[in-house]
Amino acid sequence: MTRRTPWGLLLIAVALAVPALGSRFYTFLANDVLIWALFATSLNLLVGYTGLVSFGHAAYFGIGAYTTGILMKKFGLSFLLAFPAAGVLAGGFALVFGFFCVRLTRIYFAMLTLAFAQIVWAICFKWNEVTGGEQGMPEIPYPSLDWMGRLPLLGSLRTSDHFYLVSVVLVTVCLWLLRRVVGSPFGRMLTTIRENAERAEFIGVNVRRYELAAFVLAGAFAGLAGGLFGIFNRGVFPDFAYWTKSSEVLIMTLLGGMGTFYGPALGALVLILLNQQIVSYTEYWPFVLGTILIVLLFVFPGGLAGALGTAARRLRRAT
Amino acid sequence: MLEVRGLRKSFDGFLAVNDASVRVAKGQIAAIIGPNGAGKTTLFNLITGHLRPDSGAVVLEGRDITGLAPHDVCRLGMGRSFQRTNIFPKLTVFQNVQAAFLSHRGRGCDLWSRVDELYREETEGLLASLGLGERAGEISGFLSHGGQKQLELGIALASEPSLLLLDEPTAGMSVTETRETIRLVERIARERGLTLLFTEHDMEVVFSIAQKITVLHQGRIIADGPPADVRADPEVRRVYLGEL
Amino acid sequence: MPDPSFIFAQSVSGLTAAMFLFLIASGLSLIFGVLRVLNFAHGTFYMLGAYAAFQFMVWLGPGRGRFWLAALGAAAAVALLGGLVERLLFRRLYGAEELYQLLFTYALVLVLGDAAKMIWGTQQKSVSAPPELGGKALSLFGATIPYYNLFIILLGPVIALAFWLTLQRTRAGRFIRAAALDRETLGALGVNVDALYTWVFVLASFLGGLGGALISPMRATTPGMDTEIIVEAFVVVVIGGLGSFWGTFFGALIYGQVLSFGILFFPRFSIFAVFALMAAVLIVRPWGLLGRPLK
Repeated sequence: MTRRTPWGLLLIAVALAVPALGSRFYTFLANDVLIWALFATSLNLLVGYTGLVSFGHAAYFGIGAYTTGILMKKFGLSFLLAFPAAGVLAGGFALVFGFFCVRLTRIYFAMLTLAFAQIVWAICFKWNEVTGGEQGMPEIPYPSLDWMGRLPLLGSLRTSDHFYLVSVVLVTVCLWLLRRVVGSPFGRMLTTIRENAERAEFIGVNVRRYELAAFVLAGAFAGLAGGLFGIFNRGVFPDFAYWTKSSEVLIMTLLGGMGTFYGPALGALVLILLNQQIVSYTEYWPFVLGTILIVLLFVFPGGLAGALGTAARRLRRAT
Repeated sequence: MLEVRGLRKSFDGFLAVNDASVRVAKGQIAAIIGPNGAGKTTLFNLITGHLRPDSGAVVLEGRDITGLAPHDVCRLGMGRSFQRTNIFPKLTVFQNVQAAFLSHRGRGCDLWSRVDELYREETEGLLASLGLGERAGEISGFLSHGGQKQLELGIALASEPSLLLLDEPTAGMSVTETRETIRLVERIARERGLTLLFTEHDMEVVFSIAQKITVLHQGRIIADGPPADVRADPEVRRVYLGEL
Repeated sequence: MPDPSFIFAQSVSGLTAAMFLFLIASGLSLIFGVLRVLNFAHGTFYMLGAYAAFQFMVWLGPGRGRFWLAALGAAAAVALLGGLVERLLFRRLYGAEELYQLLFTYALVLVLGDAAKMIWGTQQKSVSAPPELGGKALSLFGATIPYYNLFIILLGPVIALAFWLTLQRTRAGRFIRAAALDRETLGALGVNVDALYTWVFVLASFLGGLGGALISPMRATTPGMDTEIIVEAFVVVVIGGLGSFWGTFFGALIYGQVLSFGILFFPRFSIFAVFALMAAVLIVRPWGLLGRPLK
């Protein structure tokens, strides 16, 4: 009997080894991918598992980023407090916004998520005193990571590498938590809502309450991703919450395949790497992305992970 | 067990259910029949909480459940199957029924345990008693129509109801499938001491197992009693024969 | 308290903005009502209308009547594009999940938006107002209203009325309304629903493109105007009621006034105000002013 390949551990090992390549660029890319993978997976909790399509998920990403940014830059709070605070605050807003959103369905739900996200954006854009307004908040400090310099093997690395390793750990923990959630009875209840909300009601599922719970969880993890991103990006800006950011993460989720847990993360990887490649040849990245999407829509409705999954199944059947 | 008092429901001026009153005793097998559009499904929806009545009351085991949300009604011991097959298509047969157990036994708040092995015994047992034991791993959306209806019954039963509402359980089935389903339903009702209330178009089915029949016509109840009485009732004959 | 003439001027500016929004939002509403999809690319059609108007003006040169020719030409070009997109691409997605249809319209935003950048570059383009109307202004209640603005304010209701009459009185209009209610039955009655969908898309694109062309003398044509306007159009359609024609008209009016008075009294939070209004409508009365109430 063959042992199942520990893909998860392999990936973590690979991720941890990236700084060893010595390239600032690769570490930067990998960090970007990690954060977006978390962001996209959090959205998938809503879209893929509960069947709720949100057009305003970037709101929580932005709230998380601003929370961490403001706490660390303006109040000098440590990352240990500022990071969880991002999740808590984002989750809190998700609770308030979500309460109203889950009372609606489908297109109205989507529109309200969009409205709330634009409200968040508008506040970030205009509230100069707190959020820095249109200019945003540049120069968010790194958390104090000197202690990492004293660890074996890590002494020679830069601060950005240290932060990257912290990201790896944090994102892995978050993804692991999300994995537990979707594999739990609660997660199964969410899929029943996606499959058939009417039927779910009549096995005793209070659909609205579960949807709200999913909304809050998704928002909280998006906030955590945002908290990381603000530091990674060395600055927090209002466009973190703009609707086009919401559509970017939604595309990653759909591209990677919302039917699987790791699909969105794969989508993030592919999209970011593709972006990097294309941008070196042409400035017309949106054109390329749009064309790819259209082609994929007509050929692979299940997204990349769906296509890979089908291919894998066919291979298994053949061997 | 179940008492419906004076239910009324209008849609945009159209009176779908007009002063309906029904009583179903514990352990009884009761049927609601009537021509198409008589208001049977609306009545069901009023009883299960999917619709709010304009006036009237629904009482389950002495408890007023009028206007309660469907998930609360379900938790109070009512199970239901739907006219158009309502299952969880992308989940497997096993997962469909397991979900009902999970919800009923209050595991929905559990965000930590791994779900796959929970309630395996109960689920497989229930599937076996329905004849779906071997299909447990199949994706339920690919089941035949009859299989899906059986699965729906399974989902309803997994909520361990004391009153089971079946909306046209044999719709779209062949003669053999119908007979099998009815035998199955009757056996299960007997084994579990369930009270059963169902609607049907197939008169053979109705008269073979129902102990009490209520006839609905244009939203009003025009007859209510044992099968023999209902069969002999002149207005019932008029309504049905007049339809031909 | 700002003086009355200033308030009046703001109100007029709000009216003008409302008419443009009405043009775009009505196309959006039409597509949603009949095809049941929220067309993210509608803002891009608007932008392409503006660019096309610019291009036609370049080709035609200045002169009397050229602007109107350019505007109509632009609208027609965008309409043609819309028809092609529907016929060749969008049609294939009708059976697919709504989400994938939405994704397609967003992909169009990416592709067409960048295409505009490729063709016209990123610098602002401007179109001069038609000489018949440009330069002259009306003095009313102490405010100065350019003739072009007046034209737009009058054109809006004219188009609304013409559109409404078409929907109510003509055969095609009746088919459109029927398709919005029940496309299957319509198909069963022998109506060529496929062709109807294409024409709906064409008409909606025409309106969007016309809006863009007509606004080009008033606002600079730049990339990014598509993503800006589409969200505004969403707000209008939500306030008025998704799928309702007059709802879109009044929704646009309300939006215009809220925006202009928001800028007047709460300049920092005017953008906040419109989205707060959108959220409020969705929370309290999701079907908007004149939409069909939800179940």
